[in-house]
This record gives sequence, C-alpha cells and structure tokens, in this order.
Amino acid sequence: MIWFSALVLIPLVAVVVTAIDGGWTVFWNTITNGQTMSAIKLTVFTAAGVTLVNVIMGPLIAWVLVRDRFWGKSVLEVMIDIPFALPTIVAGLVLLSLYGNADSPLGIDIANERPAVFLAFLFVTLPFVVRMVQPVLEELELDVEEAAASLGASRMTTFRRIILPSLTPAIAAGAALSFARGVSEYGSLVLLSGNLPFKTEVTSVRILSSIENDNVAAAAAVATVLLAISLAVIVLLDVLQRRVAARG
Amino acid sequence: MADTLMPEIVEAPPVEERRRAPRVGRTPTTYVLRFVATAYLFLLVAWPVSLVVTRTFDGGFASIQSLLEDPDTVVALQLSAYVAFFSVLINTLFGVGISLLLVRQQFPGKRVLNALLDIPLSVSPIVVGLALVLVYSGRNGWFGSALSSIGFQVIFSTPGIIMATTFVALPLMIREIVPVLEEIGIEQEQAAQSLGANAMQRFWRITLPSIKWGIVYGVVLTLARSLGEFGAVKVVSGNVLGQTRTATLVVEEKYLNFDQQGAYATAFLLAMVSVACIVVVAIIRPKNHA
Amino acid sequence: MSIEVRGLNKKFGDFVALEDVNVSIPTGQLTALLGPSGGGKSTLLRIIAGLEKGDSGTVNIEGVDATHLPAQKRNVGFVFQHYAVFKHMTVAKNVAFGLEIRKRPKDEIAHRVDELLKLVHLSQFSHRLPSQLSGGQRQRMALARALAVEPSVLLLDEPFGALDAKVRKELRDWLRRLHDDVHVTTVFVTHDQEEALEVADEIVVVNEGRVEQVGTPDELYDEPANDFVMSFLGEVTHLGGVSLRPHDIELDTRPRLAGGVEGTVSRMVRIGFEVRLTVLTVDGDEVSVVITRTHARSYGLEEGSTVWLTPADGATVIPRMVAAS
Repeated sequence: MIWFSALVLIPLVAVVVTAIDGGWTVFWNTITNGQTMSAIKLTVFTAAGVTLVNVIMGPLIAWVLVRDRFWGKSVLEVMIDIPFALPTIVAGLVLLSLYGNADSPLGIDIANERPAVFLAFLFVTLPFVVRMVQPVLEELELDVEEAAASLGASRMTTFRRIILPSLTPAIAAGAALSFARGVSEYGSLVLLSGNLPFKTEVTSVRILSSIENDNVAAAAAVATVLLAISLAVIVLLDVLQRRVAARG
Repeated sequence: MADTLMPEIVEAPPVEERRRAPRVGRTPTTYVLRFVATAYLFLLVAWPVSLVVTRTFDGGFASIQSLLEDPDTVVALQLSAYVAFFSVLINTLFGVGISLLLVRQQFPGKRVLNALLDIPLSVSPIVVGLALVLVYSGRNGWFGSALSSIGFQVIFSTPGIIMATTFVALPLMIREIVPVLEEIGIEQEQAAQSLGANAMQRFWRITLPSIKWGIVYGVVLTLARSLGEFGAVKVVSGNVLGQTRTATLVVEEKYLNFDQQGAYATAFLLAMVSVACIVVVAIIRPKNHA
Repeated sequence: MSIEVRGLNKKFGDFVALEDVNVSIPTGQLTALLGPSGGGKSTLLRIIAGLEKGDSGTVNIEGVDATHLPAQKRNVGFVFQHYAVFKHMTVAKNVAFGLEIRKRPKDEIAHRVDELLKLVHLSQFSHRLPSQLSGGQRQRMALARALAVEPSVLLLDEPFGALDAKVRKELRDWLRRLHDDVHVTTVFVTHDQEEALEVADEIVVVNEGRVEQVGTPDELYDEPANDFVMSFLGEVTHLGGVSLRPHDIELDTRPRLAGGVEGTVSRMVRIGFEVRLTVLTVDGDEVSVVITRTHARSYGLEEGSTVWLTPADGATVIPRMVAAS
C-alpha cells in the first residue's frame, strides 16, 4: 500500500493540488485558453471518433477470430497485440512509413494533418475492444444460439436479440479503455502529427510544452482535466465489470 | 497397513471437456467479415510494420551495424535494458504481493484500490511524468528536496526513469495474476495447511507453482511495456545524451535529426523485442490452457 | 474420546451457523455428521480441522486443547468435497506432500507413498497428473494424501458428493472396509441418510446449527429423538396423533382392531413389489401407507376401497409435533 501510494497516489494528488493552487479562475483560464481548448477538443473528438470505429471493427474482428477458421488466423491474433506491445514512438514511425512519407507505397501523405492523429489513435487502441469481446464470445454457448434458431429466429434476429446483448458490457468496457487510451496518447503522435498548434496538437503535447516552458501550474491544470477523464473511465469500467460478473 | 480388498472400481475414464468446434457453416457473410477483418489489420498493422523492416534493411545490415558502433546508442540501449529489468523486478514482487492482498484479504477500501490500479493504463504518460516530477523533483518537489539534500537525485536520473516505467507497467502483472488466483481458489492451500504446511511452505509449494504461468505472461508484458515507454520517460529523464537517454528517445532524436536510417534501425530493434514478447505469449498460452 | 467439542458458536454475519454445539467423537470409530445442506455440519468439521475459527467454545483433539492451534499443527487429515488436489504435482508427489513438509527421509517417503498408493489402488498412476484421473480416483488420491501423515483424526467433507451415484456407492463400501483396516478416528459429513446409515458406527444429526441427536444408526432409526430426526432418516406419515413410517401401518378392510382409523384409498401406485397408498381418513388426514403387492391383492384393494388403519406392533412411533405436519 505504501509503495502504491508513493509511486502512484501521491504524485497524482500532487498534480491536482498544483493545479488548484493558483485558485479556480487561474485554473479555468488555463484550460479555456484558445490553444489549450483547441487541443482538448481535438483530442476528445478524435478519441470519440476512433472509439466509434473500434466499437464496430472490434466485435467484427473478435467474431472472425473466434468463429471463423482459416489459414493464417493465428497471425491475425498476433497482429492484434502488436499495437499494445510496440513502443509508441515506434508505432508513430511505423505509421509514418506507410501513410506519411513522400515515398509511401500508397502515395498517401497525411503527416502533420489531422487524419494522422486519427490514424495514430486507431492504431494504439486497436486491441482494447477486440480483447474485451473475444473471451465473452468464446464463452457464449452455441446452444443458446441454436435454441434461438429452433424457436424460429433468423440469424439476424439471433445476433441482435441474443448475441449483441451479451456482448454489450464487454464492448462498452473496451470502448471506455480505448477512449481513455486515445485521450492520453502521446508517443505515437510525436513524429506523425507534427504537433502544430490549433491543428494537430493534442492535450498531452500541450502539457509537455508547458512543462518544457517551466509553466508547471498550467501543465498541472491540463493534466487534471485528463486525470478527470481517466477517473471517469475507471469508474465506468468498475461498474461495467460488475455487470459482466453479475451476468456470468 | 494391509492392502484393502476391494473390487476394482470401474469408472469411466475422465472425459476431456471438449469445446465444440465453432460452426463452420460458411455463408457469404463469413467471407466478407473475414476479408474486412484481414484487410483492416493488414492496412493498419501488417503493412506499416513490414515497411519498417524493409526500410531498416534497405542497405543490408549496414544500418544496424553502424547503430551498434555508435557509443551513445549502445549506452541508450543498455539503459533501456537496465530500466526494464528493474521495472520488471519491482512489478513482479509487488504485483504478486498486491494480487494476493486483493484476492485473499478483505479490507476496507479494497474496491477503491482495485479500481485505482487501472489508473496507469488510462492516464497519459505525460501526466505520469508530470506527477512524478512534481513530487520527486530535486528543485521543488514534495519529497524531492529532502531526497536531494541527502544526495539522492530521482528526477533527471535513472531512478526517476525506473519509477516512471514501473508506474506505467504496473497493472499488467496484477491483471495477469488476479484471475489465476481467483480461479484456483483456496482449497489447495487449505489442504496443504491440514497436511502441516506453514504459510511460507504453502506459498512456495502450492501458490507460486499455481500462478507460475500468470507471472510469466506478466513478466513478458511488463518487459515489452517497459522497454517501449516513451512519454513518461521523456518528461522525467531530461534526455541527457549518454546518461538518461533511453532507446525510445533515441528513435525520436534520430528521426528529428533526419537520420531516418538510424531511427528505423533503432525502431526495428525495439519492435523485434516487443514482437518477440507477444509471440512468446501467443505460443505458450494455449499450451497451458490445454 | 478423540474429539471433544464444547459450547461451540459460530456466526457468519447475521446467519447463525452453529449454536452451542457439544459433541464427543469416540476414538477409532467412523462417525457421520448428518443433516440437510446449510445446517452447519461442514462448518463444524472445518472448525475441528482449524480451517475456520469458532466465535466461542473449545475444540479438544486427543486430549490436547486445539481451540487456538492453527490447522497445520493439529495433525488432522482433511478430505475436501472437490478433492483439492495439487494440480501441478504428480499423484505420488501429492501423496508425499505432508511427509516432505515433515522432512522425513527420502527412502521412507518413497516407501510409504508406495504403500498408500497400493492401498487406494492407484499404484499404476503414480506418475500421472491429477487432471488425468477420474473423479473417484482423485478422491482416493486425496484420501491417501490425508492418510500419509498418520493423522490422529481423519475428516471428510462430503467426500463423495461430487461423484456420480454408482461410483459414490462403491467408494462408500470401500471407505467402510478401509476404516476396518486402518482404524483411524474418522468423521465424515454427508446429507445422504442412506450413506450415513450404511457406513457409520455413530451418527450425529445436525440441523439449523444444533445437534439434534447422537447415536448408532439403529438407535437413531428406532428411537428418533424428534420429528426432524425421524423424517430425515426416512419417510414419515401421520396417523391419529403420532408420526410413524408408512410401512409400519397395518391395514385391514374390516374394523378388526380397536383404535383403527377409517379411511378411503384415494391413490394407488405400484412400484415393483411395493404398493404405495394414499388414504384419506375420516378425520381429514392424508396418510401414506406402504404394503406388499401380495398383501394388496389379497385384500382386493383399489382406489375408492374403504380401509381401517392401525400402527403395527413394535413400530417406531413418536408423538406428532404441532409444528410439523
């Protein structure tokens, strides 16, 4: 406990304390500053958009991994984990090589553009929904689906009425994680987005530049906003996990 | 003790619980889904990653070789390995301890602790770095001044990097061990206790062997995460060439200095390690479940 | 006496698991703790083993006050319902565990493990992992493991509860024979009255946290202390003001005996050699009666027949409790 406090809790409390040290108005002015606000907006909206994509693609990929069988499936399995294991800075470099390069084989160059931020988030958040949904889908008994079919449900109806409701908590939990990860992402953007103020600068970068300018109070203020988002996600996760367990 | 006469008890051999094979009824939808998933992963992961590999070897092994001849890079790689080693060590020891606490003990605030353990997964690494600087910075941190007055520098030196790395990788070990502990339950330990084993013997002979694989996965994941941490390290390290610059910082540095070959080569080395880590996990995991 | 439990109380939150329990378990005997699920018998066993702590009261094992001894110091063997095998050890290693903890010499351990595996008929499986054994084999291994340390008492918690009916019956017979050979004081928990009656020397009936009665199977069956014990050990019906067994009722088609109760056969079910009757008496009671098929045929019984019922001579009869019906 002491170890956990010294390493995690006290430092995080320090962030919040530093943020509100200067009073509420200072805090408010810092985060509503034009450049900061634009960074926060970009981060939150992009993370939300990416989460939406994951909510669709995640279960789809999980479904293919669990229910389909074909040669090379195990390679796909490994690919899911790569974004999680790859150092974020390397992830940025990796994406840059295909999508942000003058000699990109696809002829796409979105480096320093907003889609680059979207792409980076998409990459680093890939595993979350898939890995949350996969075990639930594996546990799901075929019997139940067959029972539904025997009662006259079409495959579409079975999916909508039987499968989807059991997956919902897992999808939601994965979405929450992927949103949190998106909002807090930094490493993969450094090389990819160019960190242009008002354009591709995300919240984490904003905090870092405050730190580098020795404006610790401002950095702490913005960090507090991110912390609040993380905390909200964690509370949501806790509630969702309880619901998943209750269904078990 | 005489042999007890007993008619040989006839009992069916244990039936392997076999999961029913997934339905292989293939409709056009199956193929569409398969195609979409594969294409998505190919464009997002496989192709970009493979490009890094080909770029690295554009000029044969020369780029890797020149990398390993650059003393600053070698120092950075060594530092990364050193930091990762300690992060794995610390997280393993405390991870096992905290997992046992969470699963086997009842105490007030358990639910809160459980939820808070996920913080490092969802907090921005930059915020992690900032938080550590605020508390442990030698200039004006809460504890930092006291520590630096006794000559112990945390921020802008190796201990800070280790702390940051340990922080971000903290939940990985715990999240691997807790489910295993929950699944094995306490009956085996109670049986050992009734056979005369004390707490230490129960831990070494029963608990530890049972969670062995959980720990192995945890170590592999923690290792991958520790080697790759960038944001938090960037804030706390000060990025001093040859002293506190880790391998991930080298990648950025080289790329921004238009040394693309060097950046790709370093990235390749890091990617190799992390891909090796997940391949190891992928290979040993199913065996253990069989 | 081998185990003496005095004034034992145990609560889980608001739930009273054991209330002022006093039990003496005789040395060298096979004793059953019998009762319905949730009645506290497993809790009692676990407190004796030291796996659970009583709120108050004392536990004395072989003359030693064990109330505050941790489980590993009590020298009891414990067998769990779900076997609690050490999954990562071979069968032989499982059995050797307690001896290794006691740091016995290697060759002694090997010899003893050999002997025990022979005793439980698992010699050919000694190098297998528990996952390769069937449920019955795992439980026999667990039994050998518990016996290995030569415990002063052997405690079994629903040992056959997780096995299917046929294996359960075979293992039950085997346990009885094993006990006749080994003679270690043995206590086993069961909710199956047939199992208790068949195997045990002595039965302790536990219900709702209290000991209802202690006695040999015959004593319990013939002289149940109350309605609960009587109904738990077998089927019970009520005739007039008494409770008795359906097969202890004599039936006649004429009012031959004094005190006979008149009634009408409302249902008749034939099961093999038995005929089970439901008789609606003139007092408004529904009485179950079991007679042989031959008997029923000789009276020419059918649904609607008028009959007179009397308790048979020598039948176990106890006054009917108001609460029970």
